[in-house]
Amino acid sequence: MAAGSDNTAANYIQHHLQNLTFGHHPENGWSLAHSAQEASEMGFWAIHLDTMGWSIAMGVLFIWLFRKAGKAATTGVPGPLQNLVEVVFEFIELTVRGAFHGRNPVIAPLALTLFVWIFLMNALKLVPIDFAPGVFARLGIDYMKLVPTTDPNATLGMAIGVFALIIFYSIKVKGAGGFAKELSLTPFNHWSLIPFNLVMEIIGLLVKPLSLGLRLFGNMFAGEVIFILIALLPFWVSWTLSVPWAIFHILIITLQAFIFTVLTVVYLSQAHEHH
Amino acid sequence: MNINMTLIGQTIAFAIFVWFCIKYVWPPISNALHERQKKIADGLDAASRASRDLELAQERAEQTLRESKEQASQILDQANKRSSQMVEEAREQARVEGERIVASARAEIEQEVNRAKDELRAQVSSLAVTGAERVLEVSIDEKAHRKLLDKLAAEL
Repeated sequence: MAAGSDNTAANYIQHHLQNLTFGHHPENGWSLAHSAQEASEMGFWAIHLDTMGWSIAMGVLFIWLFRKAGKAATTGVPGPLQNLVEVVFEFIELTVRGAFHGRNPVIAPLALTLFVWIFLMNALKLVPIDFAPGVFARLGIDYMKLVPTTDPNATLGMAIGVFALIIFYSIKVKGAGGFAKELSLTPFNHWSLIPFNLVMEIIGLLVKPLSLGLRLFGNMFAGEVIFILIALLPFWVSWTLSVPWAIFHILIITLQAFIFTVLTVVYLSQAHEHH
Repeated sequence: MNINMTLIGQTIAFAIFVWFCIKYVWPPISNALHERQKKIADGLDAASRASRDLELAQERAEQTLRESKEQASQILDQANKRSSQMVEEAREQARVEGERIVASARAEIEQEVNRAKDELRAQVSSLAVTGAERVLEVSIDEKAHRKLLDKLAAEL
């Protein structure tokens, strides 16, 4: 429990939920935000350094680990790292084969990247809640939110990437005309219902990335808040709750990464299907 | 929790990682796995082929054994037959030889008997003449009684 005597519980929570923001402040110019208010005053032209930094670090860790295993991969008896990588690889390959009906060499690597990357980002949650802010406070950095997936920017950013792929493959497979036809003539194949169909289909299309991003964000953020609330308890009792909650989160971390991956594959599979 | 440029930054990072994965991470792992799959399949294939070969070889060995056993018993039979035949032949030969020897011995004996008979006859006639001389105290004209004496000898 790091909430000092001068900090109220509300301040503590707010502090832990604030990203390290760098952006253009109307008064201070390009600078780090020193409070939540300054961060929000920066508007859109600001960037969360902690989210970007940790997510890129996890992505690089994924690439490095899997590249290392791939380079050393032998057809003989695999070592422990290669074993682990192969288990994940085969799990993803099996999932993609089950959910994606078509031929596209991008889908499986995409799913692997999403699964492992999101898993690693989520796994940062198991680092004790006060650890990163505490360490970085000593280094003179005010805020440090460790888990990138508790930042809606990160989850929605990935969802936008997936959305772009959905649009891209819809047009590539069905052609621009075919895609437009699908949007306007389903579910009711009648010219008079085209506006109605359009509204329904476009909402359906937009809901995909939104639900994808918000589901991951919501789950991770809620878990984080509960960790923070547990940390507010006296130190001699907080572990009785935080330990079970952390153990439970081993499941949540994997499950949410898996759900994001599978839904991405399913959405892209739908983009490849003709109606 | 403001929506800001991080959104775009994350999208770009996502695109780069996916691209990197497609380009450099996926292919080596995939290749290694598929190669190993092929290797294992080949190994299993070879194993099943070898076991089939073994079965065949065993069958062949069994057949050869059976054949050689048959041959051996045939040879043994033949040898037995031949030996009994030889014994039979020898016995027959011995019998014939024995008979021949007996016959020749018999012929010789007969010859001997006849010769003895002839000698005896000659002696008996002269003996009879001597006896008769004694009895009559006269000499007998051998020439005159020759006919009688020969008749006597022939009757003996």
